[in-house]
Amino acid sequence: MIKVDDIHKSFGAVRAVRGVSFKAEDGKITGLLGPNGAGKSTTLRVLYTVLKPDEGAATIDGHDVVEDSLEARRCTGALPHGAGLYPHLTARENIAYFATLCGIPQKDIANKVDSIIELLEIQEFAHRRTKGFSQGQRTKVALARALVHDPQNIILDEPSNGLDVMATRSLRELILKLKDSGRCVLFSSHVMQEVAALCDEIIIIAHGKLAIDDSTDGIRKQTGCDDLEDAFVAAIQMVEPE
Amino acid sequence: MRTLIAVFLKEVVDNVRDRRTLISALLLGPLFGPLLFAFVINLSIERSISSAETTLEVPILGREHAPNLMRYLESRNLAIIEAPVDRDAAIAAVRTGAHDIVVVISPDYGERFAAAMPAKVEVISDQANRTADREARRVRNALRSYNQELATIRLSARGVSPMVMRPLNIDDVDVSTPSGRSVILLGMMSYFFLFALLMGGMYLAIDTTAGERERGSLEPLLSLPVTRGRLMLGKVLATCVFMALSLLLSLLSFFVALKFMPLEQLGMTPNFGPDVVGKAFLLLAPFILLGAAVMTLVASFTKSYKEAQTWLSVVLIAPTLPILVVSILTLRPRLEFMFIPSLSQHLLLIDLVKNEPVNSMHVAISVSSTLVIGVLLTWLCARLYRREGLLG
Repeated sequence: MIKVDDIHKSFGAVRAVRGVSFKAEDGKITGLLGPNGAGKSTTLRVLYTVLKPDEGAATIDGHDVVEDSLEARRCTGALPHGAGLYPHLTARENIAYFATLCGIPQKDIANKVDSIIELLEIQEFAHRRTKGFSQGQRTKVALARALVHDPQNIILDEPSNGLDVMATRSLRELILKLKDSGRCVLFSSHVMQEVAALCDEIIIIAHGKLAIDDSTDGIRKQTGCDDLEDAFVAAIQMVEPE
Repeated sequence: MRTLIAVFLKEVVDNVRDRRTLISALLLGPLFGPLLFAFVINLSIERSISSAETTLEVPILGREHAPNLMRYLESRNLAIIEAPVDRDAAIAAVRTGAHDIVVVISPDYGERFAAAMPAKVEVISDQANRTADREARRVRNALRSYNQELATIRLSARGVSPMVMRPLNIDDVDVSTPSGRSVILLGMMSYFFLFALLMGGMYLAIDTTAGERERGSLEPLLSLPVTRGRLMLGKVLATCVFMALSLLLSLLSFFVALKFMPLEQLGMTPNFGPDVVGKAFLLLAPFILLGAAVMTLVASFTKSYKEAQTWLSVVLIAPTLPILVVSILTLRPRLEFMFIPSLSQHLLLIDLVKNEPVNSMHVAISVSSTLVIGVLLTWLCARLYRREGLLG
């Protein structure tokens, strides 16, 4: 369970996030939707504790991301935007390295890595060095790496970026699997259709502020648009720029 | 502790597989010093041998005017050869480099000589040309001693003691030992070792910081339940291992290379046995932590691999600065110098190679001050990793 309470974050004169609050619950998929530069990545980076908010607070399973960041990280698996792998290590070694750093006992690591490799169906290239992997292969390995310690909360920053149809579909299946096992999945996207197809709850942000926080039908109702794309555009226009 | 070891092992494995890191750490750094050194030594041996023992060919214009002088010069291992037709041609020949030196004996030489008046002998050479300068000096010395001999004979003939001409008796007493003499050349070797040491860890320092950021693997790493200080320490330690390995290799390759250099011909016997290799390693070892911390710190501030490379090349040269200043000012080793990293290692290494007793107080100060600075910088690195600005 992820709770965000009125966070602000500026980079110099740029006010990337100007007060965003929402809740992402266990057993649900929450989509963070917004146009480019809306503050999606900044919000997520605060949640996986890479950035500190200037104002406001956020908790993951009750652990404050600033005060208790180590615990917050322990129950989170994060896939940052454009996450890179170590090119001289094999996919397996990449995953095992993160497993070790997450504190999984040495004797369990091989099993854990095997099962996550199976879950993501990457057996075929798991033994290869990741140099020269395709975008889809890289994303899958990065995802496996983020999920290897069985985190309760999963934060994915634009995971479908650069993936082809097949890869997107298997990613979608994985996210649904995670939801069914009671995880809290929060992911960002700028594609309304993708979010609508998956999410139980949609949070639309624009210009660093919250526009709408509702279900797909709720958003249709609030904006008065039947078409999802129109609804998205209407929602964005509800927030005035700075 | 497990985190530290995991980070350390991963960085070592990752970089061992990287050919660029491996080549620069274990090949370029350690071999650069001995190769350059061998080159310089062989060059200076070649030059010093060419000077005294070989016969120097000197074109002399107007030999017929001074037959006795000619005989004297021949006895000084100078071979007299055909000269250009006249003085102008001689000057032109030296200017174009056809001859390094031409001696011109004036036509009135015999006349003035007989009258006991100064007879004119010109030595035409290009003093900007260093090899020609040495040859000219040989010819000039030969002429000067002929001059001296004649003066002595003339004074004696007039009943005056030649001692009148020598109010001073100047004698050089050289107290340098054969090991001491090698110091001039071996002085630069301490920098080779520091260079090899830093070079060994350079790509690792870049890869673990700027490289990791550029690859986009830093953010996933920082989102793991691990304290950043520990990540940093693991990275610095891996860099240390590469630096230590590179240092050891460069000491060993130097040890081997010295065996193939005819240093005795230069009157040098450097004290560089297996025990000195060991001691030198221990003396230089404290610099490893310092070097790893400085390189990691500098690379952490940069935004990309390329930028890090540029800045770290500056770091590679930095240790020469104190060494250079002290060498130029020719300062004797002092206690205060031992607080300065790189300089203290340089001075202690010279004592070691000179086979002079190494002051244990100096060693203690050098080791502890370098280590303290290294620990401080490592701590600073760990602090820096807590800053979010690190992510760029």
